[in-house]
Formats: sequence, C-alpha cells, structure tokens
Amino acid sequence: MSGQALLSVESVAVDLPTARGNLRAVDHVDLTLSAGRTLGIVGESGCGKTMLSRAILQLLPKKAKLSGRVMFDGRDLASCGADQLRKLRARSLAVVFQDPMTSLNPVLTIGTQLIETLQEHLDLDALAARKRTVDLLAAVGIPAPEQRLMQYPHQLSGGMRQRVAIAIALSCEPKLLIADEPTTALDVTIQAQILDLLAREQRRRHMAMILITHDLGVVAGRTDEVAVMYAGRVVERAPTQALFKKMHMPYTQALLSAIPKLDAAPHTRLPAISGRPPDPTRPINGCSFSPRCRYAIDRCRREKPPLADAETVDHKYACFHPLKLSAGIGT
Amino acid sequence: MMQDNTLHGPTGPLLNVQNLVVEYVVGNKIVHAVSDVSLEIARGETLGLVGESGCGKSTLGRAVLRLRPTVSGRVLFDGEDLTAMQGDALRKMRRRVQLIFQDPIASLNPRRRIGDIIAEPLVIAGVKDPSERHQRVCDALDAVGLDPPLVLSRLPHEFSGGQCQRICIARALVLNPDFIICDEPVSALDVSIRAQILNLLEEMKARFGLTLLFIAHDLAVVKAVSDRVAVMYLGRLCEVSPSEQLFAKPAHPYTALLIEAIPVPDPDVRPAESVPVGEPPSPIAPPSGCRFRTRCPHADQKCRDEVPPMRAVRPGQYAACHHPLS
Repeated sequence: MSGQALLSVESVAVDLPTARGNLRAVDHVDLTLSAGRTLGIVGESGCGKTMLSRAILQLLPKKAKLSGRVMFDGRDLASCGADQLRKLRARSLAVVFQDPMTSLNPVLTIGTQLIETLQEHLDLDALAARKRTVDLLAAVGIPAPEQRLMQYPHQLSGGMRQRVAIAIALSCEPKLLIADEPTTALDVTIQAQILDLLAREQRRRHMAMILITHDLGVVAGRTDEVAVMYAGRVVERAPTQALFKKMHMPYTQALLSAIPKLDAAPHTRLPAISGRPPDPTRPINGCSFSPRCRYAIDRCRREKPPLADAETVDHKYACFHPLKLSAGIGT
Repeated sequence: MMQDNTLHGPTGPLLNVQNLVVEYVVGNKIVHAVSDVSLEIARGETLGLVGESGCGKSTLGRAVLRLRPTVSGRVLFDGEDLTAMQGDALRKMRRRVQLIFQDPIASLNPRRRIGDIIAEPLVIAGVKDPSERHQRVCDALDAVGLDPPLVLSRLPHEFSGGQCQRICIARALVLNPDFIICDEPVSALDVSIRAQILNLLEEMKARFGLTLLFIAHDLAVVKAVSDRVAVMYLGRLCEVSPSEQLFAKPAHPYTALLIEAIPVPDPDVRPAESVPVGEPPSPIAPPSGCRFRTRCPHADQKCRDEVPPMRAVRPGQYAACHHPLS
C-alpha cells in the first residue's frame, strides 16, 4: 500500500436514537483509501454501508452521534466548519446517490443545475461554465448535450438522469467519489453502461472511488479492494482478487453462494442463509452473524471476534472459525 | 407431487396467449405496451419472462388475468377463453390464478391482521365455515414456513420484507390455485432473503403441482427457477427457449447482450466491453420493423422494413430476428 492515504476512517461509530432505543448503525469501522484506488463496500440493507458513507461526507441526520475520526486529504473532517465542509464537498469529495430522480432538482433544468455548480465553485463566467457543462455531458455519454441542457429531470430516462448526476459529481474534478448504489434503480444493460462510465472516468481522472453495493457481482471486476459489512461492522476486508480467491468469513461466502449462478442448471436449490440480519437496536454480545452461522460455537455467541490478519497481505476478517476451504467449495 | 409427463399433457397447455395486444392511451398518444404476443405455458411448467423496465412484461402478466383491457387477441386458460368471459364465470376462473407482487409490504393492508388478510380470498370465494377457513389459513402459513399461532393476529409492519413475501405467497396458495403469476417477487429483497424465497417458490410448485409465470428483470434469478424463458423487448417477444439453451446459445442479439451485461461475481471475468449501446426507445413511437434494431449491432435495411416473425432456430427455441446468432 502506498504510504499517504487520501481517506482514513478511524474507529468510526454512528449511533441513532430511535423510539425503540439506541441503534448502532456503524460499529467501529476502520478503512483507508489511497488516491486513485477503488474500494467496494458490500452488504445487505441495514448493514450500515450508507450510514458509513454519510459519516465520511459528514452528512449524517441531525440526531445521529458520530464518534471516531474521518481524515480526508490531511484534514480532520469533524473539526471542519460548515463553510469549509461545503467547499470540500463541492471540490474534492463528491457523491452519487441511488435514486437520480430525488437527487436532482425537479424544477430546474439540467443545464441550470450543472452551470450553477460550476459557477459557484470554480469561478467560471457563464459562457465558460456552459461550454464546460456541454463537455461534461458529452463525457458521460449523453447524446445531443446542447439540447439536453434545456430539459428537466423528468424528461430524461433513469439511466440518463444518473449520467447527469455523475456529471455533476465529476464537474469539479473531485479527489474522491462516493457512489452509493449508483445502479440499483437501473436496468441491467444500463447498469453495465453506468459502471463502465464510472470506471473510465475514475481511471482518467485518477480519482479515488468508493462503490457501495449489495451485489458482489458489481464489485468483482471493478474494485481494487472490498470491505464486507454486516450489522454495522466490517467483517472482512481484502484486495478484491484475494477475497474472491479465498473467503475467510462464513458470511461473505454465504453471500456469494446465495447469488443464483448463470452456469448452474435450472431448479438448482440455492444455498440460502437461514434467518435474517439481527435487530440493530438489540445488540448481540458475540459475533453478530452467529445466530445464522452454521459454524457458530459458544465462543462466537459470547465474544465479538476482532478483525484479524489473514496469512495473505492486507486481508482481514472477523471470525473465530475462518473457512478452511477456498471459495466455491464448502457452503 | 411429481410433475413429470405433465409438460405436454393430453389436455394441451394450461395457458395459451394468442396474438395479445394491449395499448394505453396517454393524452392523445398510444403506448404500445404489448404488441402481438403469443405464448404457451404447459401444465407444471415455469415460464420465465424477462425484459427491462417498461418492456411490457408486467402488463402482459396482468392482461392475462384481464386486469388490463386488451385491444385484441385471446387468452385461453385451461381451454377456456378468458377474454370472452364476464361476471361470475370470470370470477370463478380467477380463483385458479393468483398473483404475487414485487413489493411484499405494499401488497399487504397495513391495518389488517395476517389471519384476516390470508382468509380474505376464502371469504370472497364463499367459504362460509369459519373453522374451515381457519384451518386452511393455518395450512397455508405452515406451508410457507410461518408458525400460525405466532403470526395470525399480528400486523404486517411487525414482519420483515422476506416474511411479508412469505405471507403473500400463503395468501396466493390458500385457494389451491393451478397457476401463479409472480411479478418480480424477489427484486425488493436482499440477496440472502432472495435465495430463501426462490427456494420456497420451488418447493411450493413441486408440492402443489403449480404452473408459474415468473416475471423478472434478473436473468440469473429467472434461470434458477424456469423451465423455459421468454425474452421481451419493447412490447414484443424476442426469443422463447428452454432455459439452459437460452443461456448456452442465445439466438436473438438482445438476449446475448442481456446475458453479457450481468455482473459476474468473479474478478477474473473482466466486465464485457461490448455492453448494449443506448437505451430502449419509447413505446409510444416504437421503431419500424424489428423494435430492437436501434440498439442492435447486426441491424440492416431488412430489420428496418419488416417485422421479424417468430421462427424456430433450434428444437424448442424460437427467435424473432432476421439475423439470428448461430
């Protein structure tokens, strides 16, 4: 790993007060990401992956309590003032959300939204901003960009809207792009196009990217490193190649096996994970996956397994009974 | 219950859709949602129906049940013409066909108890004896792996998405239907829960001898449960084929592109570079000739001029394409 990390998340925890008691959405997560690298964060709904990204962006709900430290580009984000954060989020820390319809302003044209961003943050005059907007829209694969400038979000398809959201995110050349389930709302052919677009722009701009998804298939070919989250914790973290070669944590393996395989015969029974994720307002003493884990023993139910080093470089997992077999066999 | 030999039983297909056309009027324009679609589903078979959003697959599923008015074409269910039926006859026939929807939480009335929700089809069907209703509700809940005493008097919000989908399946099963239309039944569920529900549907199908129309946009999910798969694009069927063959040797370029676009959970498989270009055109003004031609790498003048008919390319495999892949 290169020495200087662009982003480092140190023991970050997020607590949300709810009517049913305290909900620990993120439970002491550590992550680092260097410039130009791609990190995939994988987990099911409610595992805390979105809250973690909000913590990085300092965009948590008002009631939420954040502890730990988020260092970005040499700065502690928690100690930044609102103005500073605003500048930072505009210039170097961009985000693309799942639903492009709700992240774009429905009563402003595409052009206004993009030109506004550029004028505000890059001090461009109207003409230069307009020209750059057209270039950006062309770069994200929008046909006839000049005409699109006058259109409103509802006049575009879901895929086109997501391209516009990406154009806005890329407009100020960010150092880090957080893409939170950018393709979940899209069709499979459009998903492939959007993921290719993100990968291309990421390489071209040497930008770091966090790709948040529930689909291991999405991260497999498109990330350098993967962190798997379960019940607010990172339970396995490894370089993508190493992870798919050998999964240590039973949850990661189970998540992979539960995906229907294209090369399996029809009517093949899927190895489902029994039960469901734990209630985050009722913390479990031991390993949070233990109630659903087929390898769980007493110790797993009593003690939380720490994130331990595997024999391969940069591979960490939180399990007392790591899988001995290589991926694909076993479960 | 075994379901061999039922595929081409002596009594013909359970569902036979002939040249079905469904159109919507939006303002002064016409949306061509389903255009001249014909297909058959044999008894005991699962037919997967795939396509991108807006291709008309849900409309087709609903039109089969007469939940959408049709412009022309016929729907034969067990030999009887549903499109000609009205009133009581239609209502009786609908008891044999049930629906499961995408969003399990939205398809349960939030203010009614689970026991009442599942008993409702029985009430409508005229089962008057409360103890018989109770027994059948309990049997249905048992079948989907929920414990009746724990579930009956609770409300939908007390259950997770996966459990709500189990409840929806129990409601679909309670009238002992022959045919279930599953419209994206697992798209709203997480990966680990999705596998549970897919396995449950397979179990139910074997146990109750069901015939399924399984509508989904995820080809891998469809392959896991289907005997045959129909691929739909912009209101028309592109290809119908036994599932194994469809994935091994797709005949229609659209099917091939759909398969290529699926992300594979293996870092050694590089994502395909040749993903389909552009987006589907609007069903208000579909392209002339073959509707896929605007995105198709093999399109030529003939594709522009003539609508390709559905033709057999291999035994059991049909494609509507002037230039099928070999």
